[in-house]
Amino acid sequence: MFGLGVLSVVLIFVDHSTNWLDSARSALTIALTPVVVTADLPNRSARSIQDMFSSKEELLKYITDLENELIFLRVKIEKMAALTTENNRLRRLLGSAAKLQDNVLVAELIGVNPNPEEQEVVIDKGSEDSVFVGQPVLDSRGLVGQVVTVSPFNSRVLLISDERHSIPVQVLRSNLRLIAQGTGIGQQLELQHVNSTADIVVGDQLLSSGLGNRFPVGYPVGIVEKVDYKPGKPFAEVIAKPNAQLDRSRHVLLVFTESRVAEESNTTSEKGDDRSG
Amino acid sequence: MTAVVDNKTSGLIVIWITIVAGMVLVVVPMPQFVPVEIGFLRPDWVVMVLVYWIIALPHRVGIPTAWLVGIAMDILLGSLIGQHALTYVLIAYVTVSLYQRLRMFSVWQQATILFALLGLNQLIGFSIESIAGLTDWSLWYLLPALSGAFLWPWIFLMLRFMRRTIGVT
Repeated sequence: MFGLGVLSVVLIFVDHSTNWLDSARSALTIALTPVVVTADLPNRSARSIQDMFSSKEELLKYITDLENELIFLRVKIEKMAALTTENNRLRRLLGSAAKLQDNVLVAELIGVNPNPEEQEVVIDKGSEDSVFVGQPVLDSRGLVGQVVTVSPFNSRVLLISDERHSIPVQVLRSNLRLIAQGTGIGQQLELQHVNSTADIVVGDQLLSSGLGNRFPVGYPVGIVEKVDYKPGKPFAEVIAKPNAQLDRSRHVLLVFTESRVAEESNTTSEKGDDRSG
Repeated sequence: MTAVVDNKTSGLIVIWITIVAGMVLVVVPMPQFVPVEIGFLRPDWVVMVLVYWIIALPHRVGIPTAWLVGIAMDILLGSLIGQHALTYVLIAYVTVSLYQRLRMFSVWQQATILFALLGLNQLIGFSIESIAGLTDWSLWYLLPALSGAFLWPWIFLMLRFMRRTIGVT
């Protein structure tokens, strides 16, 4: 008993202060994948039963809606392409590097951390799909979080609303740079150290600022929901609601940013491997 | 009935199936319509299953099993490796030294002991996390111990029924 107890304490210490146990963790994660998959079964079967009982009309309507949305998005993308070319031409004139399109990989949620205090999810892509620690994760509306641990076939994503997570943001309207920290309660972000005179109002859109070299620039993070300045307090209390549907989205996108892609293509070219990053 | 299954391996398989079922219950996601706060009531099913088997068959399930299961839980929940292992070893130690007395208790008396054990589980787990600077302590963390204690009689009776019908020894 004492042996195993002491061993546990040593393991806790080692795991907290070093990364020696990471490979063991990822190996054991593979062994425990059946548990995670089984735990996801109720959700999965509920959805397939729902599919089974949906009528033909409903499905047809759904398809029409999706087709309409597709046309709408295509038009938007055409405009986007023109704007991107123009933007890159202007950037060249200014002598700064052209922005590349970020590559994305679609992943599906297969688990949620059962502890409501910890906002973490498990996704079905891992190091076999070249997912890496620190990789930004999006959904169709905004930033979701970042990858914190990777194993070969799945990885764990820390959501931006977790108490332990902060993200550098910028107000779209005024270019004010701030830090948005998760609150841990529900779907809320808290902006840190906002001066009482800062130019920020309810309804402002927050984008990722790209400072800190973790998240790419310009993805929607949240919308300011409440600005409350109490006289006598050094900072205003500003609450934002994340754009991403943190508790609803089933599919997320893993982003491969330009620097990382460049890094990868460098290493692959060094290896003489013709697989492009 | 007792002669149906009395070899060691099939008994072990039954024990491990119940433990894995406990793990699944710990990580199964809540349906979307359930409010998040209900999540605070989710008990540690694995501890309850372990305690049952230690009371019932202390020669089969003991401290080493608890340690292995604890390591598996650390991987499953993404906590520090060793955190659940440590608490499970302590709980198994307490249960192993009390199992003869626990067998004499009524289920509700056992449930109060379970409340203490599950509370210990939560307390140690969260003190490790707060020493590591990962979380803040709040009294909400004792709710799973309470719900677990209320669920104990049903789990106990169900597992005992299962053990007797299948004849795990």
